[in-house]
Amino acid sequence: MTDNALAPVAVITITNLIKQFGRFAALRGVTAEFVSGKLYAILGDNGAGKTTLLRTLAGLNRPTSGEVRVLGAKDFREVSGRVGYMAHPSLLYDEMSGMENLRYFAQLYGIGGGSSGDSRCAQAILSVGLDPLLTRPVGQYSQGMKQRMSLARALLNNPQILLLDEPFSNVDGTSAREMTRLLSALRDQGKTIFVVTHQASLLDGVADEFVWMESGKIVDRTRTIAARSSQHELRELQK
Amino acid sequence: MSAPSGITRATLIKDLRMEWRSKDAINSMLFFSLLVVVVFSFSFDPTAEESRQIAGGLIWVAFLFAAVVALNQTWARELRNQVLDAYRVSPAPATSLFTAKVLGNFIFVSVLEALMTPLFIVFYHLRSLGPAWQLLLTMMLGTWALVVNGTFFAAMSIRTRSREIMLPLLLFPISIPAILAMVQATTAILNGDSARFWIVLIATYDLVFTTVCLLLFDTILNAE
Amino acid sequence: MKKLFPILGILTGVLLSYALYQGLVVAPTEQTMGNVQRIFYYHVPSAWTAFILFFVNFGASISYLIKRKPAADIVALVSAEVGVVFCTVVLITGPIWARPVWGIWWTWDMRLTSTLVLWLIYMSYLFLRSFSSSGETPVLAASLAVLGALCVPFVYFSIWFFRTQHPQPVIGGGGSIAPSMLHALLINWLAFSCFAFMVCWSRYRLEVLQREVEQAHAMRSLEEPSTSMREERYLERKA
Repeated sequence: MTDNALAPVAVITITNLIKQFGRFAALRGVTAEFVSGKLYAILGDNGAGKTTLLRTLAGLNRPTSGEVRVLGAKDFREVSGRVGYMAHPSLLYDEMSGMENLRYFAQLYGIGGGSSGDSRCAQAILSVGLDPLLTRPVGQYSQGMKQRMSLARALLNNPQILLLDEPFSNVDGTSAREMTRLLSALRDQGKTIFVVTHQASLLDGVADEFVWMESGKIVDRTRTIAARSSQHELRELQK
Repeated sequence: MSAPSGITRATLIKDLRMEWRSKDAINSMLFFSLLVVVVFSFSFDPTAEESRQIAGGLIWVAFLFAAVVALNQTWARELRNQVLDAYRVSPAPATSLFTAKVLGNFIFVSVLEALMTPLFIVFYHLRSLGPAWQLLLTMMLGTWALVVNGTFFAAMSIRTRSREIMLPLLLFPISIPAILAMVQATTAILNGDSARFWIVLIATYDLVFTTVCLLLFDTILNAE
Repeated sequence: MKKLFPILGILTGVLLSYALYQGLVVAPTEQTMGNVQRIFYYHVPSAWTAFILFFVNFGASISYLIKRKPAADIVALVSAEVGVVFCTVVLITGPIWARPVWGIWWTWDMRLTSTLVLWLIYMSYLFLRSFSSSGETPVLAASLAVLGALCVPFVYFSIWFFRTQHPQPVIGGGGSIAPSMLHALLINWLAFSCFAFMVCWSRYRLEVLQREVEQAHAMRSLEEPSTSMREERYLERKA
C-alpha cells in the first residue's frame, strides 16, 4: 500500500441517517465518516440495514431524515458519474452479450461509441478476468461470471467510489478470490470501495476496515475480524 | 454524459434489437392480434352498411386490447435483473429512457395495428368513403395517445401490487376522451364526414399528455 | 380549532335541514316533470361539489409535487375520497330521475357522462393509492392526479361535441331556470359544500391520527434499547 503524504479526505459523510419504511425503521440513526482510498467491509446479519445503507449512498433511497454527503454533494445526481454500483441481481440484460451490455451502459455514462468506447468496454471486461469476445448472452453465464460482468459494468466509468452489495453471493471460490484480488488492486489505485457482504472471511486481510451493523445502526468499526470476535467472546463471558 | 438524444437512440436500438432476437414476444403478439380480430368478427357480423358505423369502435377496442398486452411488458426486461437501478444510478436523464420506451412501444403497437387493419377490412368488407391518409393520421395520433400514457402508467404499476391489472385500471379512464375521439374520427372518415374536430382534439391531447408525462417521469421513476 | 368543529357541525346540520325544506317543500313544482324533478336539487349541487373537491385535489397534488409536505398529500387523499362519494350521488340520482321521466335508466347526457368519467378517473386514483406501498404512494398519486385533472377539459370537450352530434335527453334542464328554483338550488349547493367541508375535515383528522400512530410505531422501534453490549463498548471508546 502506498503511503499517502496528505491526510485522507472524507468522501462520504453520514449524519444521523434514519430510513423508515412504513412502521419499520431500517436505519436508525447512522453517523459515520469514510475516507478515500480505503476498502470498507460492511457486515451484519440480515435486517441489519446494510443494503438499505448502501442503496441510500447510491441515491436509490431518499433518507427519511438525516444527511448523506457523497463526495461533498447532498444530491447524488451531481456525482453519479463518479460512483459505481453493483448489487446481487446482475443489473444486466440477460438477452445481450457482455460486450453489448457494456456498450449500452457506456452510453449512459457518456463514454462515446465507436472504437474508443469499445476498447474501454473491452478493458473493463478484461480487468475482471472475462473474455470481451464472448458472444454468449449474459443470462447463460454462471453466477460467478455474472457478478464479474456486473462489476465490469460498475467499473466502466472509472468511478472514484464503488458500492458493492453482496458481490460474492453464490459465487464460486475462484471467482470470489479473483474479485477480491481485483478490489484490492482498485483500492491501491486510490478508489474508495464499500463491500456489503455476509462472508467476512473473504475480505480478511484485504479490507482496511470492518464496519459492523446491527438493527439499523453501526455498532463497531474494527481493523480486523479478529478484534471483533474477541469482543464477542468477551461479551459472552460477561453475560 | 452523452447527449440525451443519443441515450434515447441507444436505448431504442437496444430494445428493438432485443425484441428482434427473442422473436417469441413479437410472434405471440402478432398471433394474439389475429385472434382478437377473429373473435370480434364472430361476435359482430354486420352488413357492409352497418359495418361502417361500428367498425370504428370495434377496431379501436381491438387495438386497445393489443396495446395493453404490449404495454404490460414494457419494463419486463428492466425489472428482471433490476436494471432500472443501474439506470437510476447513472447520470443518464430519465426522460431519455421514457422517450425511448414510448417510441419502442409506438413502433411495436403500430406493427400490430398494421397486421390487424387489413384483416378488419377483409372480414368487415370495409370501404372508406373518406380519404385514407386521414385514417392513417388518426391511427397514428390515437396510438401515440395510448402508448405515451400507457408507458407512463406501466412505470407507475411497477411500484404497485397486481401490476398487470393496475396498468389498464389506470390507463382506461384517462384515455376515454382520446378513445372517444379516435372512434368518432374513424367512423366519420369511413362515412365520408368531417373528422376535423376529433383529429384536433387527439392532437391536442397528445401534446398535453406527452409534455406532462415527460415532466413527471423522473419523479415517478425515483419515487421510492 | 377543535372546539369549532361541533359548532360548525351543528350549523351545517341546520343548513342542510333548511336546504331540504327549500328543495322539497318551498320550491315550486316543475310543470312537466312534477315532483320527480326535485331530485335536481341533489343531482346538480352534488356535481358541483364533486367538481370543487377534485379541483382541490389537483391543487393539493401540485403542491405536494413541489413542496413535498405531508399535509398536502392528506388533503389530496381526503378531497378525492369525498369527491368520489359526491360523484356517486350524481350517478345514482341521475338514473333515478331519468327512469320515471324518460323511461330509460341512463342517457349519455353531458353531465352524467362527464361525471361517470370523472368518477372512473378518481376511482383509479384511489385504487393506485391503496395498491402502492406507503413510501411511494404520495408521489405516484400526485402524478396521477395531475394527469387526471388535465384530462378533465378533454372529457368535457369531447362529450360536449359528441352530444351535439348525437343529441340525447338532458337531465337537469337545458334552458333557463325559475328564480325560486335557483334559490333552492343555490341553498342546497351551499349546504352540500359545508357538509363536504365537515366530512373532509373529519377524514383529515382521522388520517393525521393514523399517520401519527404509524410514526409512533417507527419511532419506538428506533429507540429500542440495543441489547448488545457492543454498542456500549463503542460508545465507551468514543467518549
